[in-house]
Amino acid sequence: MTSTVVIDKAAPTRAIKYGSMSRDRTWALRWSYFFLTLFAIFSLVPPLYMVITSLKSSAEISAATNPWWIHHPTLENYIGLLTSNQFLTFFRNSAFVSIFVVTITMLISVPAAFALARMRFWGSATLATGVFLTYLIPDTLLFLPLFKMFALFGDFTGIQLINRWYVLLFIYPTLTVPFCTWIMIGYFASIPKELDEAAIIDGASWFQTLTRIFIPVAMPGIIAATIFAFTVSWAQFLYPLVFTTSTDQLVLPVGIVTTLIKGDVFNWGQIMTGALLGAAPPLIIYAFLMDYYIAGLTAGATKG
Amino acid sequence: MADVAIRQNSAAAPRNVRKRASLRTALKRKSTAAFLMTLPLIILIALLVLYPAFYSLHLATLNKSMQRFVGFGNFEFLFKRDTFWLVVKQSCIFAISAVIFKALIGFIVAHFVHNVPAKGQRKWRGMLLVPWVIPPAMSTLAWLWLFDPSYSAFNYTLSFFGIGPIPWTGDASWARFSVILVNIWYGAPFFMIMYLASLKSVPEQLYEAAAIDGANWWQRIWYVTLPMMRNIIAITTLFSLIVTFANFDIVRILTAGGPLDHTHIFATWAFRVGIEGSDIPLGASVSLFMVPILAVAAIFILRDVNKRGNEA
Amino acid sequence: MLMADVTLRKVFKRYDDVEAVRGIDLDIADHEFVVLVGPSGCGKSTTLRMIAGLEDITGGDIMIGGDVVNDVPPKDRDIAMVFQNYALYPHMTVAENMSFGLRLKHFPKAEINSRVTEAARMLDIVELVDRKPKQLSGGQRQRVAMGRAIVRNPKVFLFDEPLSNLDAKLRVQMRIEIKKVHQKVRTTTVYVTHDQVEAMTLADRVVVMNHGRIEQIGTPNELYHKPATRFVAGFIGSPAMNFMPCRLEDVAGKLHIRLTDRIAFPLPPIRAARYQSVARNEKLLLGLRPEHITEAKAHPEPGVETFDTVLDVTEPMGMETLIYFTLEGAQVCGRVNPNAGARDGGPLRLAVDLNNMHLLNEVTGVVI
Repeated sequence: MTSTVVIDKAAPTRAIKYGSMSRDRTWALRWSYFFLTLFAIFSLVPPLYMVITSLKSSAEISAATNPWWIHHPTLENYIGLLTSNQFLTFFRNSAFVSIFVVTITMLISVPAAFALARMRFWGSATLATGVFLTYLIPDTLLFLPLFKMFALFGDFTGIQLINRWYVLLFIYPTLTVPFCTWIMIGYFASIPKELDEAAIIDGASWFQTLTRIFIPVAMPGIIAATIFAFTVSWAQFLYPLVFTTSTDQLVLPVGIVTTLIKGDVFNWGQIMTGALLGAAPPLIIYAFLMDYYIAGLTAGATKG
Repeated sequence: MADVAIRQNSAAAPRNVRKRASLRTALKRKSTAAFLMTLPLIILIALLVLYPAFYSLHLATLNKSMQRFVGFGNFEFLFKRDTFWLVVKQSCIFAISAVIFKALIGFIVAHFVHNVPAKGQRKWRGMLLVPWVIPPAMSTLAWLWLFDPSYSAFNYTLSFFGIGPIPWTGDASWARFSVILVNIWYGAPFFMIMYLASLKSVPEQLYEAAAIDGANWWQRIWYVTLPMMRNIIAITTLFSLIVTFANFDIVRILTAGGPLDHTHIFATWAFRVGIEGSDIPLGASVSLFMVPILAVAAIFILRDVNKRGNEA
Repeated sequence: MLMADVTLRKVFKRYDDVEAVRGIDLDIADHEFVVLVGPSGCGKSTTLRMIAGLEDITGGDIMIGGDVVNDVPPKDRDIAMVFQNYALYPHMTVAENMSFGLRLKHFPKAEINSRVTEAARMLDIVELVDRKPKQLSGGQRQRVAMGRAIVRNPKVFLFDEPLSNLDAKLRVQMRIEIKKVHQKVRTTTVYVTHDQVEAMTLADRVVVMNHGRIEQIGTPNELYHKPATRFVAGFIGSPAMNFMPCRLEDVAGKLHIRLTDRIAFPLPPIRAARYQSVARNEKLLLGLRPEHITEAKAHPEPGVETFDTVLDVTEPMGMETLIYFTLEGAQVCGRVNPNAGARDGGPLRLAVDLNNMHLLNEVTGVVI
């Protein structure tokens, strides 16, 4: 709060207070914190509840005591799951699928993005827009025809792909490649053209330019795209639900939802623990690489 | 000056031809390399996205055992079913209301985060984005548990206020509300992040000028913020419409379409009919009804993206 | 020693329907520092990029060291280039930036190190070799870019407006650096700029370009004192040369030049002889540099004529005062002594040194 004296030859001298601006600010800040806290609570209640439930024994859960409080914390759910072969199989399947899909995605996206961003060739503009548009074709439209296609493929060639976890390696890229290509095109395009020319004059071939200049300089984009591809692969539910049915072929999300809910008996302690462990990898990546995570998001409007 | 030995000083014409030919081969080399680099992408999209999309059109014209061609038979069948129209209505209500609330909440929360001093913004952003990071299947399980008919933690808390147990997933209207609520919970952070980035790009000076011109906070939002953010609002809303419309995970896990098909949307019903009912052609027909609506949204997005490109 | 001369023969460049370069003939000698100068869009950068191989040549030939290089890719032309925006690889240190080209060619490590150190010492950036570009200032980055070129030991250095991104003071400093480097390394250099001061101070010879063609080639002195066209005359020198409409007249047997109804000057004998054959009463332009329009002195030299005028505006520059006045609708600039009594709107007696005049054909723009 400051006051100042205005010297006006006509009017008598008086003091003007500048207080109101900063008082407005403080109130706006207080309201902001208040609402932010409300929204933060809203956002964090479900995950927190997952944690709380996971630390309860089945006895305590069915005793219907205060659900928000853990009277007798126990790790039996964690131990139970982490020693369960079935659960570990789910985890392993998810891990394999996600890592392979990320690799495949980057191997397809990065060269394609480089070609589309840098090498002007006939149809490159239409292809780039086309890539963007395919992202609008949802998986919920494609899952049935794809299922039929792969079933037919199995019939014709005898190579059974349905109900194998590695069939997902073919399908997941349809979800990850378009958007990752889109992200990388943006990052590559932002590299100044003179860098290419300096590399050419320094004697680099196209391949050397890509590997020794573009990829290092666009590394933030590559990391963001990798995180995106991993997260999408890990969280997939519909495709694995359709394509894999045997317990040993399931990935984590499907596994937890279908096997831990046996008939009418819901072992919520284990279910919540499973859900938490299933959410762990993306959360951990998020915790350490939040900025890349967000960069991948804002690189283009996407699923939400 | 220099003594330069000029070779091939005659025969200008052949030399030009040679140059043009080598120019073309140089261009071709670049084109071929570029084409090869995009080939995996093209094959992937053509084979596993475009072809299935068209294949579903073909599938929709077959009968259940896929032996006979029935033309529009499946569609006629659907039009007569009440469940189908229920699904159409529910999908639209679900998508539109969820997106409106997600956008609104995202916008409001983005403003609050923007108001907070920069150093603190990071941790708020971090907390508020968590719903989006958790795989939707997992978080929906948590909601399922929170909504459990017998053990709902929400009902437990509400009972202290005298509010009777709410059948979150048992009653049709409440089930719809729950599904939309979970979708909002999951999707609002995305809007928040996008709007926050966009808010930061609005020059502070515009607000100062508006304040000097006498605008209050509401007018500042209406006359400064919203116009500057028009593009990002349009794009995120349209994208979210498409994605929410085609949502599967949340409904499937929370209500499996029940009670009595009152929360079914296109994706879940197509799954019920196509996979669980083993009638792929009928399921494909159901899925296809998403196409016209998606196409309209896509056209609007394209128009906006082009407009933005022209403005830039 | 390999000859590193550069020759351009009838070089053309067409983009779709735009002709950016229309027939350039140029011989650059070994060790020579040639500057291509001209306004934006005159084709100088395009020409440079064609020499570099970054643009294809639509017509004509370019030869480096006697070999036609039209279809030779840049990396085989043995050239190095310094870009306007430095184009330093942001993820590499200064040393790595400078040695990138050598590392691609698999030079032995010892050789690379010695070249990099030597270039760094020459450019006074030795203590920066382990830093990344984003930690450097604009001037330092430009030095690194030059170091990258020097290290390659090429036949030709190509500079594409390297000082345009620097502030005025830094530009002067870097100009001197570039000249010093050229004195030490003596590599043939082709330098592109739109700034005629850079051209005049750095070049052995200057090539003035306009609309894709060469207007004139010459040493800085030649261009300054003997411009061949109106464009060159008006482009070189700052403040620019004045062009005043005039006519030639015979008065009392002597050749006069008439500027206005009131003002006509007799021509000095040498000039009179040269312009004897020019048609009288034809519309011409008198070209006179500002430093040849001064205050009238007590003892005028032969060829210097005086006249009175009223000044519009004066700009005191400290060591001189620039005066602006109007003659037949044209604004004229002159340079007078700061204590010559020049005032805004005040009258002044001025002297024109016709020994240094230029007469131009108004239509063709050619200097007679």
